[in-house]
Amino acid sequence: MTTRIFVPLDSAAVACGADEIADSFAREIARRGLDAVVVRNGSRGMAWLEPLVEVETVDGRVGYGPVEPEEAVALLDGALLTGGRHPKRVGLVDEHPFLKNQTRLTFARCGITDPLSLDDYRAHGGLEGLARAIELGAEKTVAEVLESGLRGRGGAGFPTGIKWKTVADFAADRKYIVANADEGDSGTFADRMIMEGDPFCLLEGMAIAGLAVGATKGFVYLRSEYPVAIRILSEAVEVLRREKVFGTSVLGSGCAFDVEVRVGAGAYVCGEETALLDSLEGKRGQVRFKPPLPAHKGLFGKPTVINNVVTLASVPVILAKGAGFYKNFGMGRSRGTMPLQIAGNVKHGGLYEAAFGLTLGEIVDGIGGNTESGRPVRAVQVGGPLGAYFPRSLFDMPFDYEAFAAKDGLIGHAGIVVFDDSVDMMKQARFAFEFCAVESCGKCTPCRIGAVRGRETVEKVMRGERVAENLALVEDLCNTMKFGSLCALGGFTPYPVMSALTHFPEDFHGTPLREAAE
Amino acid sequence: MTVFKAFDAEDAAGIIAELKHLEGPLLPILNAFQARYGFVGEDAVRLVSAALNLSRAEVYGVVSFYHDYHQAPRGRHVLKVCRAEACQARGSDAVAEAVEKALGVSFGETTPDGQVTLEAVYCLGLCASGPSAMIDHGRLVARLTPARAEALVEEVML
Repeated sequence: MTTRIFVPLDSAAVACGADEIADSFAREIARRGLDAVVVRNGSRGMAWLEPLVEVETVDGRVGYGPVEPEEAVALLDGALLTGGRHPKRVGLVDEHPFLKNQTRLTFARCGITDPLSLDDYRAHGGLEGLARAIELGAEKTVAEVLESGLRGRGGAGFPTGIKWKTVADFAADRKYIVANADEGDSGTFADRMIMEGDPFCLLEGMAIAGLAVGATKGFVYLRSEYPVAIRILSEAVEVLRREKVFGTSVLGSGCAFDVEVRVGAGAYVCGEETALLDSLEGKRGQVRFKPPLPAHKGLFGKPTVINNVVTLASVPVILAKGAGFYKNFGMGRSRGTMPLQIAGNVKHGGLYEAAFGLTLGEIVDGIGGNTESGRPVRAVQVGGPLGAYFPRSLFDMPFDYEAFAAKDGLIGHAGIVVFDDSVDMMKQARFAFEFCAVESCGKCTPCRIGAVRGRETVEKVMRGERVAENLALVEDLCNTMKFGSLCALGGFTPYPVMSALTHFPEDFHGTPLREAAE
Repeated sequence: MTVFKAFDAEDAAGIIAELKHLEGPLLPILNAFQARYGFVGEDAVRLVSAALNLSRAEVYGVVSFYHDYHQAPRGRHVLKVCRAEACQARGSDAVAEAVEKALGVSFGETTPDGQVTLEAVYCLGLCASGPSAMIDHGRLVARLTPARAEALVEEVML
């Protein structure tokens, strides 16, 4: 039997030489006439092991990683085809503790299948959700999503079913499904991973949404910083068109649906849903006033479901296995699973899908295995550039929408960035303002001007100018931004700033020392 | 490696004709211009605004809004180094400094010979394998160290 060798096509693997490795394997296999084939899979989510090369054996898939491009030929010469010994051997990949303890619902196929093989997708449960949605009909599909308790995974946590129902109930000649793939938050890569590793899953979710609310056209708004995802997702759309999953009659349902992949142009604020819609329409990506809600007046003025990539990619499993199955995972009002993205200065970084409820400590110390630098963890930023910095003393906090909100933070898109004790929290606070100033769409004053003044004021504190007075000013400014901004960019920038100030006050008063050092 | 084509009105009109039928065609057209010519200049703005029946001010507003669009040609290569938090936590400041020194320019600038433009990017989604960078809109590099960044600069300078 032909031996299958897996080399991920995921950006994180490619950025460490996976393409070169795949090329060397293919070349050597051809040259030597070996009975083996290279499959480009998605990532398993163990970033520190990338490129993680796997080989199929009778016992299961055996992994080697991180493989350097220059090691590829020797690996093929020696252990690889038999799954034998090698210093980089990590054993049976499915048995790896990082994977074994996860609850992979949304990411069940990611890293396992060939992302562009529809046969592979079907063999692993793909399209079952869509088939069931067709069987249930629109109304019951919306009810199923509502019942599952799924909330927006982009950050806002709004119940997905309610969004869908609003669009479904609103009569219009044309409706749209928009997937928000403008994953600009630092520390997040779940959208990228699923689009590269299991693109059909997102597209199936969009088709289900389309059938449920009566929309025939979908757009994926994908950021330009993700070249691999753009390529894979576009190819996946072509496959679905060719195989008649997309088109005038989705899986023979009689309902039409098709998707277009649109690439952004480098504006963080376009991750905000209304700015994204304006951008898709060909305008400056400026935030809209609400109401009207996108569900009533969205893309091109038509009722629009706009959901994050992970939200939509979670829908197929909910439909396939039922709302009750999905709802069973999680805690409180946070139901189901969340793909945590453990990033920054951490030993075992990557994607870890688990039911809500793990504590921050379990995630950072237990799963992440502490810092890569070996120095103690000092701060953890959760939820991207607009998320709060948490100190060790809050590590008992469970991962849950409400628990984080209660501590003046947000789980956002579940990006967790770990910093060791070399971090300067005053610098991070300055960066938060700076980032907001660079990315502000300029529509509302608190964000446009507040971010610039905030940066200047923190710089005054850095220089030791009237520290107490200027810090009070920063706090006041944060209050204005939080309550006066039009969207989350200006409204949430106070989270990283204020959490740095509240939890790490020592970094804001050691000014004479720092001055001397500079 | 990227070789930008000189702006040519006929060629640009071809791009517009190809994409004009899309719903909301402006960004796809501007993306294609930026990728092909390396910038979206005054001539391009005139052409697009006429073809889409938009005012030049409207098109200019869009071109000036997005970080990806540039109104004048820049370096033959663009090196984008991630400056966002996850890469910061993994030592991107040192990498950024090494790159600036090796190129002899600051972020946002182009080397005097027109070879390389250095830019900051906020997140390439390689947050557990940073510091990371992207060259010419497609080639990704992760796990950078100052030394590896210098080697990368040397390669791009060739």
